Amino acid sequence: MGSRDTRHGRLWTWLDERLGLAELEKLAKKKEVPVHRHTVWYYLGGMTLFLFAVQVATGILLLFYYRPSAEEAYESIQFLMAEVQFGWLIRSIHAWSANLMILTLFVHLFSVLLLKAYRPPREITWFSGVGLLGLALGFGFTGYLLPWNTLAYFATKVGTEITGVVPVVGLFLARILRGGDEVTGAALTRFYGIHVAVLPALAGVLIGLHLYLVQKLGMSVPPGVERAGGPRRTMPFFPSFLLRDLVGWLSALAILAALAAYYPIELGQKADPFASAPAGIRPEWYFMFMFQTLKYLPSYILGIEGEVVGVVGFGLAGLFLLLIPLLDRRTARGEPSRMFTWIGIAIIAYMVVLTYLGYTVSPTK
Amino acid sequence: MTGEALDPGMGRRSFINWFLGTSAGAFLVSVLYPAARYLIPPPAGESAAGTITLPLKPEDVKSNTGQIFKFGNRPAILIRTPAGELRAFSAVCTHLNCTVQYRADLSHIWCACHNGHYDLNGKNIAGPPPRPLDPYVVNVRGSQIVVGKSA
Repeated sequence: MGSRDTRHGRLWTWLDERLGLAELEKLAKKKEVPVHRHTVWYYLGGMTLFLFAVQVATGILLLFYYRPSAEEAYESIQFLMAEVQFGWLIRSIHAWSANLMILTLFVHLFSVLLLKAYRPPREITWFSGVGLLGLALGFGFTGYLLPWNTLAYFATKVGTEITGVVPVVGLFLARILRGGDEVTGAALTRFYGIHVAVLPALAGVLIGLHLYLVQKLGMSVPPGVERAGGPRRTMPFFPSFLLRDLVGWLSALAILAALAAYYPIELGQKADPFASAPAGIRPEWYFMFMFQTLKYLPSYILGIEGEVVGVVGFGLAGLFLLLIPLLDRRTARGEPSRMFTWIGIAIIAYMVVLTYLGYTVSPTK
Repeated sequence: MTGEALDPGMGRRSFINWFLGTSAGAFLVSVLYPAARYLIPPPAGESAAGTITLPLKPEDVKSNTGQIFKFGNRPAILIRTPAGELRAFSAVCTHLNCTVQYRADLSHIWCACHNGHYDLNGKNIAGPPPRPLDPYVVNVRGSQIVVGKSA
């Protein structure tokens, strides 16, 4: 194999004979990205992946100072922020990058939804993507507790209690999650294990599957573009698309650095299990629409506790989102599917409006 | 494994398959069962104390105020109503377990997490809470406040 290829030098030949680099090179050259008016949305997935890489890198750095116990967690982050050189920067980047990653993930999800990229044969790509959304929210929820501050403590109390609301298995699940009946140091240790080991392992598997499928099936051309016909334009993935990707990643890094430097993440007060929940308590913004919905639900709806209705409702909505590729038969047949476009728009509108209300309506109203 | 010999042959084959399958199943169960049991936390020792004496004097608790105290391993709230009466309730909101507080401006108990309101009897009066707060019995013995579970 190596003898026919002399343009790369001896090291390349040596590696090629052992790793099969020539095949990879062929694959990279063959890969093409469609060019049309919606091409810009193709960059969101890669952007999310880049921010995930930032999370892994900064997360590993944080591990060197963080101590996962109720007695030491808050103090170890205090130390990290005040004493460790650039400790504040690493932590701020980790927190900001988490927020940006969830944002790009949502934009990626909704662009795929509205452009109907989930249609056959890409159903499993969609399933793995929704799975990754679930993991990202799990990362956010478990990571939020780790500083062991008041806000995190009560957000976790509410969040795990919501798990307890799930019919039949809820209380058992909440107990497993918290390592007991209350949010204590045991919960902190569990969340830590989930955040730094369980979720990364699952995310690794799902990202691998997701990327394999994207590679195998190629980028989806939106049905509208396909129906319009016309000449199909493409650009090579390597280097044209990858270099554009790189510009996006560098911009994201610049935004991250600016946010981390100008708006460093605060640590707040240490959690006190025997203090009242402070006014203005709220979860991370990506849980806000659910949080605000729970506030509006009355204590009983048709004889069922309001929060049960809310939690089961969001569970069913999540299931619906997951199963969209199987439910949207018109798109699968290659016909326009206005209903699912409107469902997508309705989901976005609901999330945006409830999030807006969550930040603007007075907490006692 | 040809012709007539097929049936006894497949019998042997299916027996081996069954044997392998059940062995693999038993192996998985023997690995997963301890791991699953390991994840279930052991029961925590519930505080058995039925009554506690608060580190407070009755005269220190001003009218129209409330404060959180530790009752066993859960928070509870002691309030003095605007009329001057001492009352105590579990401070665990019946909605989603947040810790409630006394709002002097509203003269009743309020939960900050989802805007739940309780009156001075611990009854849920507004917002999402589905049940009243559990009441406790408050006794003033000389200069001591003793709080106990209601019988």
